[in-house]
Amino acid sequence: MSKLGDIVARAEALFEDLNFTAAREWKEAEAGRKVIGYMPIYVPREIIHAAGMLPMGVLGGGDALEVIHGDAYYQSYICRIPRSTVELGVSGRLDFVDGMMFPSICDVIRNLSGMWQLMFPDLFVKYFDVPQNYADEIGGNFYVNELQELREQLGKLAGREITDDDLRRSIAVYNENRRLVGQLYEQRSAKPWTVPASEAYLIVRAGMVLPVEEHSQLILDYLGAIGAEDRPMKDNTRVVVTGLFCEQPPLNLIKSLELAGCYVVDDDCMLVTRWLLADVPTEGDPLRNLADAFLHQSAATAAKYEPDEKEKGQFLVKSVRRTGAEGVIFASPSFCDPALLDRPMLQNVLKRENIPYIAFKFAENSGQMQPIREQAGTFADSIKLWSE
Amino acid sequence: MSRVPPSTTGAAKKDVAKDASMIKQKEMMAAHYDRLTSAKENGKKVCSTFVPGNLNELIMCFDLVNNLPETNAIQMGLRKKSGQNVLEAEKMGHSEDVCTYVKSDIGMMAKGNIAPNGKPFPDPDVLLLSYTGCFTFMKWFELLREQYGCETIMLHTPYDATGNITKNMRDYMVKQLKEEVIPKLEKVSGVKFDIDRLRENLKESAKAEDDLVHVLQAAKNRPSPIDAYFGGIYYIGPIFGAFRGTKDATDYYAMLSEEVDERVRQKLGPITPDGPMGEEKYRLVTEGPPNYTSFRDFWKMFYEDGAVVVASAYTKVGGVYDFGFRHDPVNPLESLADYCMGVYTNRSLPQRIDMLATYIEEYEADGLLINSIKSCNSFAAGELMIMREVEKRTGKPAAFVETDLVDPRYFSPSNVKNRLESYFQMVDQKRKGARVTGAAA
Repeated sequence: MSKLGDIVARAEALFEDLNFTAAREWKEAEAGRKVIGYMPIYVPREIIHAAGMLPMGVLGGGDALEVIHGDAYYQSYICRIPRSTVELGVSGRLDFVDGMMFPSICDVIRNLSGMWQLMFPDLFVKYFDVPQNYADEIGGNFYVNELQELREQLGKLAGREITDDDLRRSIAVYNENRRLVGQLYEQRSAKPWTVPASEAYLIVRAGMVLPVEEHSQLILDYLGAIGAEDRPMKDNTRVVVTGLFCEQPPLNLIKSLELAGCYVVDDDCMLVTRWLLADVPTEGDPLRNLADAFLHQSAATAAKYEPDEKEKGQFLVKSVRRTGAEGVIFASPSFCDPALLDRPMLQNVLKRENIPYIAFKFAENSGQMQPIREQAGTFADSIKLWSE
Repeated sequence: MSRVPPSTTGAAKKDVAKDASMIKQKEMMAAHYDRLTSAKENGKKVCSTFVPGNLNELIMCFDLVNNLPETNAIQMGLRKKSGQNVLEAEKMGHSEDVCTYVKSDIGMMAKGNIAPNGKPFPDPDVLLLSYTGCFTFMKWFELLREQYGCETIMLHTPYDATGNITKNMRDYMVKQLKEEVIPKLEKVSGVKFDIDRLRENLKESAKAEDDLVHVLQAAKNRPSPIDAYFGGIYYIGPIFGAFRGTKDATDYYAMLSEEVDERVRQKLGPITPDGPMGEEKYRLVTEGPPNYTSFRDFWKMFYEDGAVVVASAYTKVGGVYDFGFRHDPVNPLESLADYCMGVYTNRSLPQRIDMLATYIEEYEADGLLINSIKSCNSFAAGELMIMREVEKRTGKPAAFVETDLVDPRYFSPSNVKNRLESYFQMVDQKRKGARVTGAAA
């Protein structure tokens, strides 16, 4: 595959496919294959991969899924992603999945893990706790033991032991994938007119359902193909979009930001692909290496405690400085406690740094983009007109 | 049983009957707020922390005064001041979607941080972020740290997702206590940690816990001598707050226990704000926190119809004691770890359902009532499934009302009353059906 249009079309088809056909086909291709679903923000996909299984991101149902059953499970003041995830589950769209992992992101996803245990009693259901203490001998030891428990559980499911060498090989494969996702983000940041935000989103999103090796190839193909396209540079405003780490924005929202005159030069979508900020060593104890990377080389987000007050918000500020962004857009899912409680603190940091920002809320099935487009357009114009 | 007659002062205010334990608790709370608001002038340091995962026995080892922002928000709610605090916080940029406890607290700070005794709260010297059973706690104390800039200690309590507290989880917590929490509390307070002092405090806690369980389980009697939700809020006040591990708490629970025993002997129902409750018609189990801004109106909707709550999940949010756990002076740090991991909202949904179904059976309740709280996802997310599962397991009807903790905008009295009345009718129908079935058999 080489033509840009074909690559993007394939990624878009994967994105739109609420039956997860690609993952189903992967499973059916060989007897004994297993698929493990996971929710945002982060799970160590290396361990699932080392078990010979396909880690598959379950990021809600987007704006195309009609939620019929899911609304009966939640009150109106709960965000949208758990109800569409329940819909995916009870409607049989996830019936090929052999296990589901629920990371410790918020109370809603935490409680969903218990609901899943009740709804699918024969399934491997794992609430995946990560440490909020980052000392090697405290949070690190806890996390290594949690990783070991996961390794044993997945080994049991796979019917074979997951060896250290299996893990090292998987770490290497994911290191490569992280480097490629990083390159894609760097390309977008350096020349945003060559990588529209919606395309970058679709290409990364494809990694939620494709085997990692195939996803890495897809990114390589995409990066190779964009050179052949003649895409004119526009006088857009460079923005970082934040708040997208769990419930996903409709694709139209991302497109609307660009139509409104914004170049998205960084975001926090699908952080699982960029959670670890550097290569994980492939020598030594693989679980300890994964733990070290989590403790000392991982992204900051609202679901993670920041022990040093001075560092609060600095991850976002550094993103702005690194990408040369001129402003920040806080796009938070409605009723998202982590994003909305974090927002005032981050805004205070931006104020001190003289970085302009705007904020709005969305749901994964938001249909009306005009207000967002107007708000983002006004923001972009005001930066162009009045920023020093 | 000593009973203080209703006050005769305050013509416009309806008289409220009070037991001696209620008077004692009121005095304890008043003394606590005085101790808190005069902490600085008395050279005391203040530790803010949370009700679930409240480590009061440990905090006292460092001569720190315990301040609980949730309790303050409740006090503001009961005094009908939380609404303006919430609005103030929203004006400052906090979303209308998020927890109103947090916004009440932030708004209260912005409006001078005045305690229920009319004096300003002191700034905390340390924030003990006991991250137990509620994600919002983490953000709440990050927000407070931004405001106060003081030492903040994170104690991360792993979630009990399977009903199996592993060695790894316990070791993690004990290690945090030993290597992070205690050294930092020593540094802030200037007081050296003495484990024997902690053991003594824990011994005191266990005594009070025995009596609390005795009081709560008295609701198995017919009529129930207590209301385990609305009345239960008062009963848990000292042990969930700044008194667990004190002689005051031990005395309070011993006194309360005697009063309740006496009510059982006399076959009396609970005391309500309007005096002794009439005939007990419905026995309910509740899940979810109450509404505090219209607390009495809400309670009245129950006791006016003869409904008494015989067991509630909310009175387990600061510690689950009725399945055997006690603070253990022999294993002090492990015991604190187990306490934190065992609080109600740190338990998985299947465990919560088991507890509620057990309550319905053991307390011979007519069914489950869920008060779903708009701003508390820890409780609320999954409650509709809890309702269905408990109904399925017990065969008893369940109902669902929606309010909020301290935001008066989300308390709609007529809606709540309608739903409650429909629910009581449903219970009547179910009983009638059972009688007909029984007669036919």
